[in-house]
Amino acid sequence: MSVGLEHYLAVSGILFCLGVLGVILRRNLLNLYMSLEVMLNAANLALVAFARYNGDLNGQVLVFFVITVAAAEVAVGLALIVALYRKCRTTWVDDLATMKH
Amino acid sequence: METLPWLLLVLPLLAVGGITWCGWRRQRPAVVARLAVGSALGTLLVAWWAWRQGIDARGEIVWLQAGGFTVSVGWLLDGLSRPMTLVVAGVAALVQVYSLGYMRGDAWWGRYFAGLCLFTLAMLGIVLAPNLLQAYFCWELVGLSSYLLIGHWHERVTAADAAKKAFLTNRVGDLGLLAGVLLVWQSLGTLDLARIREILAANPEALGSTATVAGVLIFLGAVGKSAQFPLHVWLPDAMEGPTPVSALIHAATMVAAGVYLLCRWFVLLAAPGSAALEIVAWTGLFTALMAAVVACRQDDLKRVLAWSTISQLGYMMLAVGLAGDGRGPVAAMYHLSTHAAFKALLFLGAGAVIHALHHQEQNIWKLGALARRMPVTFACFGLATLALCGVPPLSGAYSKDAILALAHEEHRTGMYLLALVGSALTAFYMVRVATVTFLGPAKSQAVDCAPEAPGVMRWPMLLLAVPTVLGGLWGIDEAYGRVFGVAGEGGGSVWARFVGPWVHAPGVALAALAATLLGGGAAWLWYRKAVSDPLDESLGALGGWCREAFRLDALYEGVLVRAHDLAGSACAAADRWVLAGFLIRGLHGLVASAGRLVRRVQTGNVQIHALFFVAGVVLWLWLMLAWE
Repeated sequence: MSVGLEHYLAVSGILFCLGVLGVILRRNLLNLYMSLEVMLNAANLALVAFARYNGDLNGQVLVFFVITVAAAEVAVGLALIVALYRKCRTTWVDDLATMKH
Repeated sequence: METLPWLLLVLPLLAVGGITWCGWRRQRPAVVARLAVGSALGTLLVAWWAWRQGIDARGEIVWLQAGGFTVSVGWLLDGLSRPMTLVVAGVAALVQVYSLGYMRGDAWWGRYFAGLCLFTLAMLGIVLAPNLLQAYFCWELVGLSSYLLIGHWHERVTAADAAKKAFLTNRVGDLGLLAGVLLVWQSLGTLDLARIREILAANPEALGSTATVAGVLIFLGAVGKSAQFPLHVWLPDAMEGPTPVSALIHAATMVAAGVYLLCRWFVLLAAPGSAALEIVAWTGLFTALMAAVVACRQDDLKRVLAWSTISQLGYMMLAVGLAGDGRGPVAAMYHLSTHAAFKALLFLGAGAVIHALHHQEQNIWKLGALARRMPVTFACFGLATLALCGVPPLSGAYSKDAILALAHEEHRTGMYLLALVGSALTAFYMVRVATVTFLGPAKSQAVDCAPEAPGVMRWPMLLLAVPTVLGGLWGIDEAYGRVFGVAGEGGGSVWARFVGPWVHAPGVALAALAATLLGGGAAWLWYRKAVSDPLDESLGALGGWCREAFRLDALYEGVLVRAHDLAGSACAAADRWVLAGFLIRGLHGLVASAGRLVRRVQTGNVQIHALFFVAGVVLWLWLMLAWE
């Protein structure tokens, strides 16, 4: 059995769903954040797989961009979490319900 | 020449403004008096000049223009409006002078005179109106100023109520007039008097099927203002106003406006195929009789005169109604003019009595024996009484004879006989009120020290006595006859006018005189020595019924006012339960509960938001894919 495009896509889909589940179910903000990264990387995997399948490098180039931007985003996000922790002394999502109506 | 008649409208207007801004606000009675009397005398002077010169012209300014429709205000002087202007200006000027004495020391001196000037302005506006629209809004202005003047002593509840009643009752009639004006405009396309006359002369059927309706609607306006049945109820209550105001309302303005309007716009009523005149005649006759019966049972000096006004206006309406067949309402205008003089005189006389008794007593059964104490007032009041009764050669005899002769010549025997009965009743109640008030024994202490009226009140009465006595010999009817294109009766000399009725229709004149003597004689016999009304016992319940004017007020109170109250509560309930309760609160509740429901979603938990977001994306994707 050879590994084809569909396998890559399946793995990508499973990774994405795991990420979504993590975002929805985990209570710690840092875990939430890691789950977000998993979702991004699932998308990256799909892009790489499509690039390979098409035989050009467009998808791979895009992945580099995504990784770069994600690094910047992680920096901003972590800074926000740190600032939030300093203000509220918690990283638990349940305690951060100030958006309630 | 072309600009001078404008003064007729401008002078009273300036007086109203001047009094309001200079005299009333700053409490300067002398300024007020000068402005009011000055403008009244100026108006009278211009009216006199216009009458002497026989000015036959019109002046107009465009007030507003909308498309092809122009509204203009101005004046139109011709054979009909010239003498009427003179009557209005004359009575108004005398009343203004008289008021200087009667209203001395009144707390609202300025407002009173401003009201009188506004009243004069409004009435002159109707008299001089070159188009129906000006007549209409001056008509409303008359209603407003009568409201202000009747309610002058507004701290008295009865006066405030009477003013409100007069205003509201008149509104009913005004609504009819407005509808009539609009109907005429719709069917003829113009409201200008000259244009309407042209159109109707070229094509008498121009009003078509609306002729009767238009005529009756315009008459409805006159029913309100001229206090005809069934809208007469405001007039007796209007006696709550100061007596000079009553004189003005009952003689030259307001009630005269209705009759004048019908005479002025007679072409609209007399259109062929219109039954309007018939309705006018019967309404007038019925009112004349009913009011005469009620007047016989009144004990208040002013109320007798009020009911007598209603009755005489009924006669005028009868004369208008009988004036078809190309006759023109000559008799109505004749009676209107003479009545203006002697009814104003009667009210000024009554005012002198009330003033002499310090505004305390108006019940004729508390008066008596005033003739010796107030000889001038008695003489004037007596002359006016005789004129109203129709004793020749006083003015009232000639004008009333003209109406009776008209009914006779038209072969309306029923109307003629009923009018004769009314004439006898007129003599009865007038002799009754004059004898009980001025002759007979004194019936209370109050009359013992009653002084004669002061000069400022005496002279207007003496001046009014002149037309009261001589009005029948001046050829007023011939002048009006020329206006309406019928040959004047009598040869033009004073002697010919003096014997006119006896030559023209001796039977009618004799019958009228007999009716007057019968009614007056009966009253003289019964009331000469009476200290209380001898008819009270003999008439019993019927007398009480007449005294209360057939309980029409109670009927209106019971039916109309209650219906109005019911409608009011129904509207209030609809507002409270349907509008405010169901619609507004219901809508509010719906939105609020929906909001409360949706708010549940907003827990503030990031993950719930994320869940909804994911669910939304999934749903959207699924829809997109399913669409493919």
